[in-house]
Amino acid sequence: MNAAALKERLFAQSPCGGVAMAINGQPAVMRPSGALWLADEGMLIVADLHFEKGSAYAERGQLLPPYDTAETLRRLEAEIDATAARTVVLLGDSFHDSRAEDRLAGAHAGRIAGLARGRRLIWVVGNHDADGPRDLPGDLADEIAIGRLILRHEPLAGRQAGEVAGHLHPCARLLGRGRAVRRRCFVTDGERVILPAFGAYAGGLNIRDKAYAGMFTGPPLAVALGKDRAHPLSWSMLGGD
Amino acid sequence: MDAAAPPALLPDRFEAWFAGRGWAPRTHQLEMVAAARADRHALLIAPTGGGKTLAGFLPSLIELAERPAPNTPRGVHTLYISPLKALAVDVERNLMTPISQMGLNIVAESRTGDTGEARKQRQRIKPPDILLTTPEQLALFCAWEGARRYFEDLRCVIIDEVHSLWPSKRGDLLALDLARLQQFAPTMRRVGLSATVDDPDVIRRWLSPTPPNPPPPLRDGGGLADPADAVRLVRGPPGPLPRVEVLISEGRVPWAGHTAQHAMNDVYEVIKRHRTSLIFVNTRFQAEFAFQELWKLNDESLPIALHHGSLAAEQRRKVEAAMARGHLRAVVCTSTLDLGIDWGDVDLVIQLAAPKGASRMVQRIGRANHRLDEPSKAIFVPANRFEVLECEAAREAIAENAFDAEIPRTGALDVLAQHVMGCAISEPFDLLSLYDEIRGAGPYRDLAWEDFEAVVEFVSTGGYALRTYDRFRRIVQGQDGLWRVRTAQVAQRHRMNVGAILSPAVLNIRLAGRRGQPGRKIGEVEEGYLEMLEPGDTFIFAGGVWRLQGITATDALVTPGHGDDPKLPSWGGSKFAISTFLAAKVRRMMSDPDSWRDLPDDVREWLMVQQDKSKIPSSDQMLLETFSRGRRHFLVCYPFEGRLAHTTLAMLLTRRLDRLGVGPLGFVVNDYAMAIWALKPMDDIDHGALFDQDMLGDDLEAWLDESFMMKRAFKNCALISGLIERRSPGGEKSGRQVTFSTDLIHDVLRRHQPDHLLLRCARADAASGMIDVARVGQMLARIKGAILHAPLDHVSPFAVPILLEIGKERVEGDAAEMILAEAADDLIAEALS
Repeated sequence: MNAAALKERLFAQSPCGGVAMAINGQPAVMRPSGALWLADEGMLIVADLHFEKGSAYAERGQLLPPYDTAETLRRLEAEIDATAARTVVLLGDSFHDSRAEDRLAGAHAGRIAGLARGRRLIWVVGNHDADGPRDLPGDLADEIAIGRLILRHEPLAGRQAGEVAGHLHPCARLLGRGRAVRRRCFVTDGERVILPAFGAYAGGLNIRDKAYAGMFTGPPLAVALGKDRAHPLSWSMLGGD
Repeated sequence: MDAAAPPALLPDRFEAWFAGRGWAPRTHQLEMVAAARADRHALLIAPTGGGKTLAGFLPSLIELAERPAPNTPRGVHTLYISPLKALAVDVERNLMTPISQMGLNIVAESRTGDTGEARKQRQRIKPPDILLTTPEQLALFCAWEGARRYFEDLRCVIIDEVHSLWPSKRGDLLALDLARLQQFAPTMRRVGLSATVDDPDVIRRWLSPTPPNPPPPLRDGGGLADPADAVRLVRGPPGPLPRVEVLISEGRVPWAGHTAQHAMNDVYEVIKRHRTSLIFVNTRFQAEFAFQELWKLNDESLPIALHHGSLAAEQRRKVEAAMARGHLRAVVCTSTLDLGIDWGDVDLVIQLAAPKGASRMVQRIGRANHRLDEPSKAIFVPANRFEVLECEAAREAIAENAFDAEIPRTGALDVLAQHVMGCAISEPFDLLSLYDEIRGAGPYRDLAWEDFEAVVEFVSTGGYALRTYDRFRRIVQGQDGLWRVRTAQVAQRHRMNVGAILSPAVLNIRLAGRRGQPGRKIGEVEEGYLEMLEPGDTFIFAGGVWRLQGITATDALVTPGHGDDPKLPSWGGSKFAISTFLAAKVRRMMSDPDSWRDLPDDVREWLMVQQDKSKIPSSDQMLLETFSRGRRHFLVCYPFEGRLAHTTLAMLLTRRLDRLGVGPLGFVVNDYAMAIWALKPMDDIDHGALFDQDMLGDDLEAWLDESFMMKRAFKNCALISGLIERRSPGGEKSGRQVTFSTDLIHDVLRRHQPDHLLLRCARADAASGMIDVARVGQMLARIKGAILHAPLDHVSPFAVPILLEIGKERVEGDAAEMILAEAADDLIAEALS
């Protein structure tokens, strides 16, 4: 992405540490947490929570620390507090597998139910959780149209103006002086955006992978998640894995 | 042991064999036989050459030759463990000579990761008398249901190159497996073969099966026995001292740098005058660089080869084979050739750049002239002025036959976790008996019961405070009170992940074909090797110059970079820190003007100008200089504790200086010195307080927990302990995928259970291996009240080398956020311009 094109797209650092930018004309903030905030709609969007990924591995003999669901919830609750969102959209793959809801600790189920209290909670279904939750509150959707955007789990091939999706778990590898830094990131060309995975144990797929080919108008912008700040990075600075 | 051992120790057939070859058995060989006859464990310390391997095997050959023909098939009699696969195979070949010449009915076979499945199967059904293998293969054996029966006839375990194995996680695992074998075969003798070391008792205690608090052996004084007493010490003849020279090219030595480029002409001339030279360097980049430089000078096209750990295994084997055939005149190599099979033809060892330690140096020099009666010959080539002092100190140490001190080792708990799982797989275990067994392993002799319980709990459920995994237990306690593995699948997964060597992620280097498709493979490199390069940069690899085109999933695509100046990494220092022993010698030499006489003119002048313009510290002082340059204020000090310890020290000092309001801006370290620069002068601050030992408290904890070194250490512990699998049925994870997920797991675990066993392991590893906290602690104690402050107007002669390194340093530490922020700022500046 060259400088002139960036200038036209007018992204800016937002006071919350995020990067503000219009997606298909709709103002949005890519927050350092990996959540997308649509202020005009009071809507917070997070993708790929993968609740109970840890216990899914434990079932198969790898005893990963059983704290991923608690950690993901902690981060999500903090985001909801910070934005006072009226609507929370979970953009698919909220559970790691179809039995994950059964493995959920009672306290965690209670906290998830709490997300729906006093606001609207929408579960967009994904490939890992095609049927949505059984016992938890909230609305179910395949897609949501909101303002100039359309929200779905899996990005469609080719250019899709206005699409907000997850599924790919984008991450970027910055070739810095001395060592490379690999971080989860948003990836966007100003027409569409793909959200990073929000779940504590969710892995990442480098945005130079061919899975992203043909989706963007030109070399897209990566917005990498830092400690308290999201960092816009140009395509030319990034490496493959 | 009486040196004049009675000849009756050797059976006639053996006597005749020695005589037939025109040899007499050496004293230490007979002493090893006597130790076996007395049923004693033994440690043989001898320099290379002189029949050390034969001394190790002789007792077993005699026992095997003398024992009556069996009625039933017998198990393995002698197990030989080598740190290198190639060495196991080579020793197998060498053993064949006495066995066939004496017509002994003994089967000796090697078994390594490269051994074919058919042979491995046959070895399980029909064990050889002598099995030659590696620690990893032994660990696999011990995690097998048939282990007890297979090893119940075992009489002897020989551990070769034990000096290189014991102080590592591989050594921990080996010690645990030795304790296991001792349970299977209580009469088994342990035999260690070692190069010369400073304190053999440290290795004897490692080797000894004596558990702690044995029933008080009522000896003369009635005191407790030292575990070392269980292992008889046998010393080979010392052999002649090596002849060591320090090469000073045309009497000049550069101020700074690590490559010794200035001396390459002389090095080439020296190679020409010798039959075969081994040229040791300290890093892979130095190896590539020296190889490149030598070939630029190589008008006579001498066969000069290259050997280091980033080259493809196949390439390394080729070089080793050419070397064995005597086809090479020189090999430029790293520590990959510190150990290995004997090459009789090597008549010179060249150490390019600083030796770093006396013991390692003696072992490297021992690679030349594997004949006991001739001195080995070595040439040191210092790359800068401090290295001249270090080379002289090493030469002095070698002449005095003095060695670096060994530090006793405490066994790592991640390794113990892997072992406990292996034990549960081989047979059900009782908690108390296993605890006793494990304390028969040297590094675990003082294992606390609480730690042992925590490890077993970790193996079973992951050891989490949140007890949600009880139904996924990997090992379970049965009605009979014994612990066993829960499913066959858990056992299979474990076997795929045995070992304590972690190979880093590897990239293939391939020629870029048309349209960027991967083409022919040139070699393999560790991922980190290319980390600092960007597409378009050139680098040297496998003796050629290449331009990096890009990196795909597992390939680095390159095109030939003819005639280009390769981008040379400047962090050319050693990965080995200068040893405490050698550093003390350097400090002493520096403090004593009388000893400067033997130094090259320019180095002596450098020291004299330092004396004149600044100060020369006495050997127990640390010099600290402060001065200004440009608008920066500098503090330079000279602890001589190695780059690792200096980095840690600098990190902690900058935190402190920050709190003092001095405004530290950056720091740079090398093996000898450390420089910090700041907004405000540092002349008048209390230096004693600045260097107070209390910096190793909260500051250290806070810094360490945030550091990337913790994550790296955690990853290793997670892999070794079995929390994360390197390989699982149905596909191998690339190292890179593992990196990513262990970092996430580390962050989550640190927040939710900071006292978890693996975080404790990782902290201990990072503190010892990666940041050398112990060394910083010793140093702070040493310089207490002994800081010699020299406030200066200018930079001093000593400070020049370290200041020359500013701006060349590889970014380390918590620079990730900074790198991201800078890149983003650049982009924003570009966009808004």
